Amino acid sequence: MKYVDEFRQHKLSRQLAAAIRDEVDPGRSYHLMEFCGGHTHAIFRYGVQDLMPDNVRFIHGPGCPVCVLPVGRIDNAIHLVEAEDVILCTYGDLLRVPASGRNSLIKVKAAGGDVRMVYSTQDALNIARENPDRQVVFLAIGFETTTPPSAVALQQAKREGLKNFSLFCNHVLTPAAIQNILESPEVREIGSVAIHGFFGPSHVSSVIGSRPYEFFAEEFQRPVVIAGFEPLDVMQSALMLIRQLNEGRYEVENEYTRVVTREGNQKAQRLVAEVFELRRSFEWRGLGLVPYSALKVKADYQEYDAEQRFQIPVSPAKEVKGCECPAILRGAKRPTDCKLFGVVCTPDNPMGSCMVSSEGACAAYWSYGRFRQPEAKSA
Amino acid sequence: MNAQLKAFPLRLDTRQGKVDMTHGSGGRAMAQLIQELFLKHLDNDLLRQANDQASFDVAAGRMVMSVDGHVISPLFFPGGDIGSLAVHGTINDVAMSGARPTYLSAGFILEEGFPLADLEKIVISMSQAASEAGVPIVTGDTKVVEKGKGDGVFITTTGIGVVPAGINISGDRAVPGDRIIVSGSMGDHGVTIMSSRENLEFETSLTSDSAALHSLVEQMVAVAPEIHCLRDPTRGGLATTLNELAQQSQVGMQLSEAEIPVKPAVASACELLGLDPLYVANEGKLICICSEADAQRLLPVMRAHPLGKESAIIGRVIEDPHHFVQMETLFGGSRVVDWLSGEQLPRIC
Repeated sequence: MKYVDEFRQHKLSRQLAAAIRDEVDPGRSYHLMEFCGGHTHAIFRYGVQDLMPDNVRFIHGPGCPVCVLPVGRIDNAIHLVEAEDVILCTYGDLLRVPASGRNSLIKVKAAGGDVRMVYSTQDALNIARENPDRQVVFLAIGFETTTPPSAVALQQAKREGLKNFSLFCNHVLTPAAIQNILESPEVREIGSVAIHGFFGPSHVSSVIGSRPYEFFAEEFQRPVVIAGFEPLDVMQSALMLIRQLNEGRYEVENEYTRVVTREGNQKAQRLVAEVFELRRSFEWRGLGLVPYSALKVKADYQEYDAEQRFQIPVSPAKEVKGCECPAILRGAKRPTDCKLFGVVCTPDNPMGSCMVSSEGACAAYWSYGRFRQPEAKSA
Repeated sequence: MNAQLKAFPLRLDTRQGKVDMTHGSGGRAMAQLIQELFLKHLDNDLLRQANDQASFDVAAGRMVMSVDGHVISPLFFPGGDIGSLAVHGTINDVAMSGARPTYLSAGFILEEGFPLADLEKIVISMSQAASEAGVPIVTGDTKVVEKGKGDGVFITTTGIGVVPAGINISGDRAVPGDRIIVSGSMGDHGVTIMSSRENLEFETSLTSDSAALHSLVEQMVAVAPEIHCLRDPTRGGLATTLNELAQQSQVGMQLSEAEIPVKPAVASACELLGLDPLYVANEGKLICICSEADAQRLLPVMRAHPLGKESAIIGRVIEDPHHFVQMETLFGGSRVVDWLSGEQLPRIC
């Protein structure tokens, strides 16, 4: 596979592993947070941790869009299907996310609700065109990467005058979340959670560029390296972070130069700015209410905003008792610290959102990494 | 047969006609459907007797029997359709015991409104698959359900076969030290099906690997009658099948990613969709677990067979109280290759 295999070569990985071993100072530890679920997945799928010295630890951050969506928003989506009888379209991963009362969209679908898995916003628009008598809602989630296609869909709907299409917007923003983690008491107070450096998201940065990270590299004195999703990218970026830490630097560096520029994709940014605006505050699973961390549909497009079109009740959603997803998402706990992990919470029967997506830290630990646990719990 | 043909003054309209409820009612319309469509294409001595059962003599020895329901979408895909798949699938399930498949049955559940032209295409394809394999369909059944209660056509096939003396192949016989062989590239069928689904069109020149594996198995057991396990990695792919075998045999497995054959087109499509080829379905591949000496004997035989050209040893059976399937990644790290959880759903970003 061209342009992919090059970034997975065994020989290069060994060379990089040797370079990292030479670079690390055995007297200190390196806690590197990968914000993005794509990195978490790559680290586990390719066994990257195995190639790292013991004092280099990956901390898995909240960058899995499925994992950070609060339970209440899934409850809202279920409400739209059950009470408003809409056709709800969404990306596959979301179907299994647990909602309140052990419900989920996949269970709602099994009970006869019209929930459809789509691969793009264009599929959702087609469903709206083919079903003029039904209301079609696209349950939009994701970071800056998936936002431009949502913006395009709303522009198209408006241009065509589609009366039966709307978007339930749950798009969230990366920089605000990283800042929130850095400001959290666990990270600020010494001795609690140490995060020494960040892997910056790759695809998100292709849209927003590397510039948005410059503020908190400076403000919080933490190095950031924008890293591609291939395992060699992750290793090269780890080496760059370790070098910065050893040299006492805290800069934004870009490992993913084949895609990411400082300014990002300005056309996509303009597109998003035309359709969406900042929400004053949005709830993240694990992080709570984070100011200016999400987008909502602009007034110009309000007739395509599901939150305007339908009465969506505010649901007092509760987390499952004992579920440590919130602390795991902040990097404050590891999946194996959770009492539910592997006992009642497995990918077949997820209790918390981190167990749902293969980008979630718990699912990745369970699926790829549990042989590492000496007391591994057998399924 | 001429007398019967006269019973249906108008020929079955296999160009414009559609399945309706009368085709399953047991009356004249059903008789005509059987006569002019099923029997016409699947014709053989046993089926032509038109009894409610097929009657035949059996060989002495151990027999095996297997059943498989086919509910795929889309019904037609590059490299096959639900008809050929229903024949191959059951022949393979029978053959994975080391048996020589002898006869098949086919049960059809048709949805009201299903085009007879499509049904005829499917039955012709079944007929070709069965005659190429030399395993006739000797009895069948047809039911029709109301529109909206089926998905075009569901086909259930049952197969029986005879196990040659001295063969004892079973999923619980893998022992530490055994080698794990696959007969070719992984994921071709699943990716082909996905690429032809309505809402996921992407251009690929891939075709399904759907094939009957019994002639390959026959040659394999001839040189290595001591084979421990055979299984075709269909739904859930290689990963799920190996986990089943590890669980059944109470062993662990250690794979080498570099040795697992995956076509570049399959790898690319999986990369694009966020899927893992090890979990994608195959319909014309088998996994064989046997001693190392047998593996060395089998490999040249398998590679000489048209359905086993890319056969490879991909790993070995180890002792492991957790019964994990582990893999050394291409990258040099290692990871667990877990069961498939739920359906394989594409990731978001």
